[in-house]
Amino acid sequence: MAKEKGSFIDNLGKIYLAYTGVFILFVVGLGIGEKLGMSNKMIGYMFMFCTIGIYALIGVMSRTSKVSEYYVAGRQVPAFFNGMATGSDWMSAASFISMAGALYGLGYDGLAYIMGWTGGYVLLAVFLGPYLRKFGQYTIPDFLGARYGGNIPRTIGIICAITASFTYLIAQVTGVGIIMSRFLAIDFSIGVFVGLGGILVCSMLGGMKAVTWTQVAQYIILIVAYLVPVTVMSYKHTGVPVSQIMYGQALQKIDAKEKAINLDAKELEVREAFKKQASDVDADLKGLPGSLDQKKADLQSKLAALPTDAPAADKEKITKAIAALPKTAEEAKEKWTVAKTAATAKTKAIKPYTEPFARMDMKNMLALTFCLMVGTAGLPHILMRYYTVPSVREARISVGWSLFFIFLLYFTAPAYAAFARYEILTNVVGQPFSALPAWVASWGKVGLFTVKDMNADGILQFAEITLNTDFIVLATPEIAGLPYVISGLVAAGGLAAALSTADGLLLTISNALSHDLYYKMVNPSASILRRLTISRILLVVVALIAAYVATYRLTIIVELVAWAFSLAAAGFFPALVMGIWDKRANKTGCIAGMLVGFGSCLYYMIGSRFFGVDWWGIKTISSGLFGIPLGFIIIWVVSRLTTPPPKEIQEFIDNVRIPKGSGAAVHE
Amino acid sequence: MAHGIDRKTLDAYWKKNIKLTTFTLIIWVVVTYVAAFFAPQLNRIVIFGFPFGYYMAAQGSLIIFVWLIFNYAFKMNKYDKKFGVEEEEEK
Repeated sequence: MAKEKGSFIDNLGKIYLAYTGVFILFVVGLGIGEKLGMSNKMIGYMFMFCTIGIYALIGVMSRTSKVSEYYVAGRQVPAFFNGMATGSDWMSAASFISMAGALYGLGYDGLAYIMGWTGGYVLLAVFLGPYLRKFGQYTIPDFLGARYGGNIPRTIGIICAITASFTYLIAQVTGVGIIMSRFLAIDFSIGVFVGLGGILVCSMLGGMKAVTWTQVAQYIILIVAYLVPVTVMSYKHTGVPVSQIMYGQALQKIDAKEKAINLDAKELEVREAFKKQASDVDADLKGLPGSLDQKKADLQSKLAALPTDAPAADKEKITKAIAALPKTAEEAKEKWTVAKTAATAKTKAIKPYTEPFARMDMKNMLALTFCLMVGTAGLPHILMRYYTVPSVREARISVGWSLFFIFLLYFTAPAYAAFARYEILTNVVGQPFSALPAWVASWGKVGLFTVKDMNADGILQFAEITLNTDFIVLATPEIAGLPYVISGLVAAGGLAAALSTADGLLLTISNALSHDLYYKMVNPSASILRRLTISRILLVVVALIAAYVATYRLTIIVELVAWAFSLAAAGFFPALVMGIWDKRANKTGCIAGMLVGFGSCLYYMIGSRFFGVDWWGIKTISSGLFGIPLGFIIIWVVSRLTTPPPKEIQEFIDNVRIPKGSGAAVHE
Repeated sequence: MAHGIDRKTLDAYWKKNIKLTTFTLIIWVVVTYVAAFFAPQLNRIVIFGFPFGYYMAAQGSLIIFVWLIFNYAFKMNKYDKKFGVEEEEEK
């Protein structure tokens, strides 16, 4: 058995190379199928079910009943492949589908996401990764428990891990539902449950071992899917298929176009129209709740005034308008405030795309970058991956490979945004409504790209376009004139990104409950079989809860993702780093620091989002900004006011700080 | 002492680590925060179509991050051997 395993590890390169080849043949085959008349729907189904089928198959093949394989993939994942697995564990639906769109809208300021979600790996590499591998247990709360002693640090760790991971998990499950429903034209909730089936087969049977090998397979699909459309786009516009270098030319052209648009008289008309709209909404907002009743009464009297022989369509239109009105004054306030902000944004001249701090002030941009970076280094589902490599040496190198594989996508995202912006500015803006490209109508139908002739001149002005952040990546294949099979490929890539992250998160949550809570605290004498069974059951339960929450289609998905990072940053990062770097840090300090860091972050998150709390103008997505330094300071101060940690802990720290002896850490 | 390594060696090894970590973090701060702070000024330099301030945030800093991590890993793995604290080859 052990020998067989060894040969699988030795042949990983060949196996995944063959897999990549088969996948490319599969895509080409579907492309030929499309030429021969295969329907778009069929292509969509083939992509979804074949890829989910592969992930499930890997799960079945990697099934295990050994604790070390279930929790840490037997600690034999080579640095290079752990890098790939971390890459897809890390890159979520947000990175894959929404990030390029955010860059399109935010210009320079959106780069906070690019730097934040990569720069954090530098912190992980120097502060945590290698030391956690040397420590060599199974979970992140394990480290807190061992380093600080007692159940309280472990318990706070469990709470932090579950809160951050579950917040993030909901966003992934929603992503799965959106992709499935959009490409297979099935109901959102059915999409969610089909996707979850794929995740569960994989993680339930084989735990971390299965998740690792699936994530490598998912990485390959997602990176191919991300690079193909933008490469074609670059070739189309510049004649060179290297988008990452060639988009500099697009940036120059965007700048020239934007300057011309700002001087265009028609654009000014549109801005005036939006100004009027904004002030109308503002008047309605001020007139609440009377204005809402007034609107309702107006519509109802209009309905009553309709002649009896009026066409049914007119009647239906008014009935629908009544139904669409906000139900309560509170709902109206929320909806209309959003509408007012949207309209106000369109009354202003376009600021240059590459101008720093034009759309977010410098303070908030830097704060967001910082929170995302520290959060990256504090998210337990990522940290956990460094337990799976064979040695400290490999852990260090593996962080490098992780960032390299993530870099391939992040390095390309700005090119996506720039080419899409260039395309829209040149081939869409200024066109008569009757001559818009075909994709405008098809993406308008799903509400991702909407146009409205505000000044009724029959020509499309820039300010008349509203687009959803998901639009750029999903529509680029069509904009570049690629066959439908590439759109299917992109959907499969997005699904891979969402599923791989969901896998890692689910495992983190169920391990925190089964290993840290049940085995370490409730029943330390539980048999291996019992522990693994409980873990598998918890996986299903957590997945079902996440799916149930996701079917509510919360409107705050973007905030949820950013919050997960802030929570991890403020809750975990200080305690983990101080645990390794400060020998004087003790249990009391850790408890105080984690509670204050996590608590202040949670307070600011909820307070600034819902109750108008505002410290120093920081936005809710950067809530961790205050908790991170607070956590460090409190651990430092409280530890020095109380008794130093015992001698065994001092030795434990010395031991974690050197690689020697890592092999002896775990044998089970 | 941990695995029979004397205190002096441990401290010397840790000092080396702190030095390398500090170096890594200084570069990390410069390419992200300092570069972002001066982005409006840097944007006046345009290379191959890219305003430099924009380029640093979009791609330049990322390339340096990857280099920083590999550099740290290789140097640390070398220090391990130098101070005799490397892990034993058991597999």
